Amino acid sequence: MNRIKQKLQEDKKILSIYFSAGYPNLGDTVKIIQDLEKNGVDLIEIGLPFSDPLADGPTIQESSTAALKNGMNTALLFDQLKDIRKTVSIPLILMGYFNPVLQYGVEEFCAQCEEIGIDGLILPDLPLDVYKEEYEGIFKKHGLINVFLITPQTSDERIKAIDEASEGFIYMVSSASTTGAKQGFGSEQSDYFNRIASMGLNNPQIVGFGISNAETFGQATQKAKGAIIGSAFIKYLTANGVDDISDFVKQIR
Amino acid sequence: MKSYHADERGYYGEFGGAFIPEMLYPNCEELRQNYLGIMEEPSFKEEFHQLLKDYVGRPTPLYFAKRLSEKYNTKIYLKREDLCHTGAHKVNNTIGQILMAKRLGKNRIIAETGAGQHGVATATVCALMGIQCVVYMGEIDIARQAPNVARMKMLGAEVRPATSGSKTLKDATNEAIRDWINNPVDTHYIIGSVVGPHPYPDMVARFQSVISEEMKNQLQEKEGRENPNYVVACVGGGSNAAGAFYHYLDVPEVGIIAVEAAGKGIDSGKSAATSALGKVGIIHGSKTLLMQTQDGQITEPYSISAGLDYPGVGPMHAHLYTSGRGEFISITDDDAMKAGLELCKLEGIIPAIESSHALAIFEDRKFNPDDIVVVNLSGRGDKDLQNYIDYFKL
Ligand SMILES: Cc1ncc(COP(=O)(O)O)c(C=O)c1O
Repeated sequence: MNRIKQKLQEDKKILSIYFSAGYPNLGDTVKIIQDLEKNGVDLIEIGLPFSDPLADGPTIQESSTAALKNGMNTALLFDQLKDIRKTVSIPLILMGYFNPVLQYGVEEFCAQCEEIGIDGLILPDLPLDVYKEEYEGIFKKHGLINVFLITPQTSDERIKAIDEASEGFIYMVSSASTTGAKQGFGSEQSDYFNRIASMGLNNPQIVGFGISNAETFGQATQKAKGAIIGSAFIKYLTANGVDDISDFVKQIR
Repeated sequence: MKSYHADERGYYGEFGGAFIPEMLYPNCEELRQNYLGIMEEPSFKEEFHQLLKDYVGRPTPLYFAKRLSEKYNTKIYLKREDLCHTGAHKVNNTIGQILMAKRLGKNRIIAETGAGQHGVATATVCALMGIQCVVYMGEIDIARQAPNVARMKMLGAEVRPATSGSKTLKDATNEAIRDWINNPVDTHYIIGSVVGPHPYPDMVARFQSVISEEMKNQLQEKEGRENPNYVVACVGGGSNAAGAFYHYLDVPEVGIIAVEAAGKGIDSGKSAATSALGKVGIIHGSKTLLMQTQDGQITEPYSISAGLDYPGVGPMHAHLYTSGRGEFISITDDDAMKAGLELCKLEGIIPAIESSHALAIFEDRKFNPDDIVVVNLSGRGDKDLQNYIDYFKL
């Protein structure tokens, strides 16, 4: 069974961490993954840096730009990850924008992911209809789960269509915004979290965007299955480097 | 018959579509569901055409350039978009989109700008309608386009610097898109060219299509025929070209010539000639040709003309290029500047440097003496005076 699906069956709240591959240093990718697993993180999203990350706020824009400057690219990331399954068993998701995947070749890209042991992809700018028409077959052939996003503005009808097309989990964007930490969640968020929880969707939901500490993690996972931390972790790496990743994870739970 | 217009899903052949994150879906979907209906409303049409006439100054003349024609031994007409209010064709689109935004109940406008022409055209219509306006502009462009920054401010717009990435037009576009993600309900994004996710390329092309609609009537009057042999326009994102080509796209006997900026030369590494240098990819929500690295990172283009300095082209033009319907020519900085100065001397018209690229094709691209060639003179050169002064040491 796909590692993501297996993990989601565990009776616990899922802590997922995002980082930009190639940041802070080009060669940090494997160490970050290993340390996150060691410290009890449940799922990892490895960010494939892109020159024009239009859904991202300043923190991930900067880490992407720095990673590219460090020399990160798709082929190099695959090379860094080629032996990753010898040391970790945590579910791994690649998250990036569609253009680098298109240039690599979608089929090639998916085949590489399968060979390495990547479990899923999040490509926010690959729309649902195009995925279904052109790429679903390729993703499935290589055992990859494609994760779709929903937002507070997504209509119930579309959420149902996305639920239908999903396997694994739905990425629930916490508010109408780009990525980045906010000042906690308000009533608008709890209404939204409640609304989605009451829809009885097939797929569990994992909340992302704006989760930065134990408090927001707790709020987000009251109803949802888990939560994703990105910008806050990257800020931590910027300030503290990669040596004490356990300190960051302990702050969350 | 094969059509070169967008299909229902916003595709021109394999190009176009809406490759957008879910956060933008409701905005784009609202626009997609409404834009054609709104544009068909009699009250919309009336208000749009009234403003184009009384405020923009349309129809713009179709001027027979006698001395230029004599020099190149063919019949050259200039479509005088340079005489539009604010100095370029950009305002045709911003008038249309501000009326669209009002009908969609939006009370805040955002836009991106490179040279500042689209920013000024947007700030202008926002002042006209009393709507709040925020224009994103790359930090580098703010420094090199000071007069247009001042114009936008005088018109009441807030100019926000884009400080990410390469700090130019593509980054200003990213910032505008991010603003739209963060303000999904009250804000309309006025894109400045036939780029971005569906329905923008088609909507902007329709607003600009007034250019070729007028050309047809004016040619009928002057030459007794609606169709020229060729229409020529410069292409940055491609909106003035889309407007000039629009009513001729599916008329095979009219040749379509798109002119891109070669910068310092196609192979110099400092160029914006997307058709020659680009590959299929996704930029700003559209599948089209764009300049990028082998790894799919979008690269920074170069042209002396800020308005042509975009690493992609609209999906209509990508399709015109790959299908062979359009002839694509690229013109260097030097040849464009020479052609701009030549128009001043021969016809008493100072063109925008963007438009000078279109004028520069006559040196190498020869036409028959009885060919009718319409060049879309997309803008005037006031904004470029400093550039001309520096270049020619005037
Ligand atoms: C005078 C003029 N012509 C052409 C352009 C290029 O834009 P487009 O290709 O969308 O017409 C610009 C853009 O700023 C412009 O100001």
